[in-house]
Formats: sequence, structure tokens, C-alpha cells
Amino acid sequence: MSSTSPAPHTKGPAIVAESLVKHFGDVHALQGVSFEVPSATVLGLLGPNGAGKTTAVRILTTILQPSSGRAAVAGVDVVAHPHEVRRRIGLAGQYAAVDENLTGHENLTLVGRLNHLAKAVARARSTELLAQFQLTDAAHRPVRTYSGGMRRRLDLAAALVAHPPVLLLDEPTTGLDPSSRQDLWDVIASLVSDGTTVLLTTQYLEEADRLADRIVVIDHGLVVAEGTAAQLKSRLGETAVALSFRHSELADRAVHLLGDFGASLLPSDPTSLSIPLRGGAATVREVLNLLHAHDLEVGRIDLHEPTLDDVFISLTGARS
Amino acid sequence: MTSTSTLPTFDPSVGTSDGSIGWVFRDTLAMTGRNLTAMRRVPQVLVFSLVQPVIFVLMFRYVFGGAIQIPGRDYVDYLMPGIFTQTVAFGAINTAVGLAEDKGKGLLERLRSLPMSRSAVLGGRVMADTVRNVVVILLMILIGTLVGFRTHTNVLAVAAGVGVLVLFGVALASIFVLIGLSVPNGEAAQAAAFPLLAPLVFASNAFVDPSTMPSWLEWWAVRQPVSKTTEAVRALMLGGETAGPVTASVLWSLAIMAVMSPIAIARYRKS
Repeated sequence: MSSTSPAPHTKGPAIVAESLVKHFGDVHALQGVSFEVPSATVLGLLGPNGAGKTTAVRILTTILQPSSGRAAVAGVDVVAHPHEVRRRIGLAGQYAAVDENLTGHENLTLVGRLNHLAKAVARARSTELLAQFQLTDAAHRPVRTYSGGMRRRLDLAAALVAHPPVLLLDEPTTGLDPSSRQDLWDVIASLVSDGTTVLLTTQYLEEADRLADRIVVIDHGLVVAEGTAAQLKSRLGETAVALSFRHSELADRAVHLLGDFGASLLPSDPTSLSIPLRGGAATVREVLNLLHAHDLEVGRIDLHEPTLDDVFISLTGARS
Repeated sequence: MTSTSTLPTFDPSVGTSDGSIGWVFRDTLAMTGRNLTAMRRVPQVLVFSLVQPVIFVLMFRYVFGGAIQIPGRDYVDYLMPGIFTQTVAFGAINTAVGLAEDKGKGLLERLRSLPMSRSAVLGGRVMADTVRNVVVILLMILIGTLVGFRTHTNVLAVAAGVGVLVLFGVALASIFVLIGLSVPNGEAAQAAAFPLLAPLVFASNAFVDPSTMPSWLEWWAVRQPVSKTTEAVRALMLGGETAGPVTASVLWSLAIMAVMSPIAIARYRKS
């Protein structure tokens, strides 16, 4: 689709999944999922519970082997060279996978040691990350005393210990309050601007809208849509403006008057009409001028933009 | 755009392998350290793993002990090696609980995504539990001394007795690793462990002379690993013929490990 890579200095996509299939007995978690993530971009893997998002992440992180299909992360085949893949990835999960009984500093140092950093390097990296994630004050407290947001930050920090070029985030903000979520989004955005590639699974459409360069929607183990957030939304039609009048007679007159603009009464509300905003702000001005010239007073104006929620519901039949 | 893609080729010689024995050792030490730190942070675990054996000591020493006749020995001397084995056996539950909790909290997933030695996760668990066993056994020897238990051999023999117990603990750990990996959480691990341990610990010579049991039960009670280990510890700490019981206990432990370790490791790789 896009012939120009957003990160021209890199050789190829940072993540490739090719026809990934995974069966657990009779359960077909993935039924042939393919996608690519160009370097230094974010792919949002969207789907309802049980769609196969986590299974895909577990295959890409070498935790599971695919039943068939292939995948490569940072240029390395996940089945043939899992150990080499592990050296190039960071995983942060839906559970903040940190040790409750260790301090923040001990957790990050342990992950550094297990990444085979020298002891002093692991400690220094831990201190650095704790500062970056505003956890310095809590560095020497056991994690069981941390709030949910602090745990998530520590979990993400643990994924970053070895400076991995590829990050896999499985529902990184599930259960977080809005301000902690915002903080985490900012961190992820800054990592990407520094060249990290991110695959992010989420049920929050807002999150995908905010962070993802491209979105793959999966349902029942199949890709049901892919594209940018804007492309997915445009599949559901354009932005529209809704005008409300004091009573339905005024609305009827306005619909006739604005026939050239494609106005139609809202089926749910006979006092309101909807006009597709093909010409942007100019359309709004023309419409309002015309109504004003005919003494039709508008009570309320609403802008209706299709949201990813609309896309998601129409694609999967599920509410997020 | 994905339909025409091809996987990038990768030359494995570019990366260095971290699978060497040196890294296995260092990763295992790192995991052992992590588990020991966690134990230190939650001293209740150590305390609770002492409460049960202490209650048994008090019960058998002062409540039932008067009614149990062991020819040629003070009952407290007969009892304490049995208590040591029991402590090690029930302590093995901690191995299962620890692993099940790591699994339930998603920690095993993270560890699997790290370029570390895979066996270090299990090795570090068993090593830390072995350290805990040594501490608990020494504390139980001390508690035994307070209620009248006396060793009748030398320090080396007593140390060998502790060694037999520790080896038995490692063997049991290989069973409990499998349980820990097979259940969803710590509570389930605890529940799964008791029915397995009770017949081993109680249908044994740990507290009573098996010759008082029905003959079918006695047949089992004199041959099974808890009894053999208790017998070995008695011989090493109190005196008597050591070679037979020590060999039997060590063989039991090695046999359990030989059978269970590959199954546990396979389970870990698969889960």
C-alpha cells in the first residue's frame, strides 16, 4: 500500500507475520494472520476478547510456537532462532509481570542480569529507567506497595532494560486510570520517535487511534480489516454535521432547502437533520448562511465523526 | 501489502549464543537470589513452614509420645528425625506454590521472553528452596534440642543426615515443580499437594513403629522414601547401621529425580 517506508534507514519491516495459525486442540486461536510492522512505527492489533491478539504476541515473543505460518522479529525467524529474537524484544503484558516482593530497583536489575548485562551496568540501567518512569522515590520499596499505574510503568521499564529495537505491548493500559494511561502513551510515543518499533494490542480504540500508525483488526483469529485509523474510519462514511431545530416542521423546511447538500432527517429524531461535510468548514458556513437567509434558526449543531468504536462494532459485531 | 512479503533472512552466526554452561549457572544464581530475596521479604512463609512441624513436635512429644513405645530409644530421639523428614516433605509445597504464583502473575511469561537460560527458572526455584530447607532443618534441630532431642554421633554424621534430608528435598522439589506448573495458582498447588504427601508422611516410620500397622500397610510403610530417609537420618544422628538406610534413601531420591526432572522440564518448555 505505501511504497515509501517511514524509516528509510532500516532494511525492512521490524515485524513480519505470515499466515500465522495456532490451534489449541479444537480451538483455532489464529487462522492465518498476516501483517507487517515497518521499523519505528506502531501497529495497533485490535480485537475483542478472545480474538487471538495475545496468541499473536506470544508467538512473536517466542513463548508459543505457531502451528503453521512464519514470523520474524527484527529480522530473525521466531521459530528457527528464538533465543536471538529474545535478545531483540521487550515484552510488557496485561499483567504487570513484576515480582511483588522485590523492590522496583531489584526487579529491573534482575531483568538486566537475565539480559546478561554486567552487574554494574544492570544497576545503572535500572536507576536510569526508574528516573525516566518517575519511580525514583519508590525505587527501594517492594512492588507490592506500588499503585496499579506504578506497576505498569515498572513493567514497561522492565521491557526496556536491554534497549530492545522491538517492543510488544499486550494491552499495556488495561485497568489504568485516564491520567496513568496518558502518561504511558506519552512514554510509548517518545520511544517510537527514538526509533523503537511497537506492536500494541488493545481493546481501547482511543489508544489505537492515539498511538498506532496502522491498525490491524482481528476477530476469531482472522484479520478483518487493516489500514490507518483514518482509512478505517472512512470506510464508515464521512464526517457529518447534525443540525437540530425547535420542532420538526422547521427541520422539514430545512431538509428541502438543503437538498443540494445531501441533507436528510435523522431517523431517530425528526427535529434534526444530518449533512455530510464534504466541503469541510466552507460547507458549514454556506449551510448556516442559507438557513439564516430563510429565517430558519438552528438550535444546536453537532459534529459527528465516525469513531474507531463504530469501525470496531461494524467489523466484529462486538462492543469494546 | 503483506501478501508479497518475504521473511528476512538471518545469519545466526551474527549473534552470540547465551546458552553456554556459564550463563546457565549465572542465570540460575540470579534466579536463586531473586527467590531468596522474596523469601526474606515475606518471613511469614518461613515462620508458617515452621509452625506445623513445631505443633507436631509438641503433640507427639507431650501428648501422644507417652503412649508410643519404641524399644531401646527415647521417643523424642525417635521422633525428631521423623519430624525433619516431615518438615522437608511439607516444605516442598513451597516449591509448587512459588512456581504457580510466578505463573499466575505472568512472571513466567516475561522470563520466557528474556534471552536467559530456560532451565534457570526451575533451577533457581529448587536452589532457593534447598537453601530454605537447610535453614529450616537447622532450626528444627535446635527446637528438638529444646524438647530433649540429643544426637548420639558426631558432627560429620549429623551433617550427613542433613545432607540426606536436603537431597530428599531436591527430589521432592522435582515432583512439586511439576505440580506448580500444572495448576493455575498457589492455592490450587497447596490443595493438590496434601493428598500426595499425607500417605507418604503418615504411613511411614516417622512417628510410629510400622510393625503396629496392618501388614499390607506395613509393607508399604517400611519401603517408601519418607521411611527410608527417616531411617537414614536416625542412623546418622543417633547411631546404628548407616550404609543400608542411607543407600536406600539416596537411591529413592535419585530415582525420583531421574523420573520427575525430565517430565518437569518438558512441562515447563511446553506450558
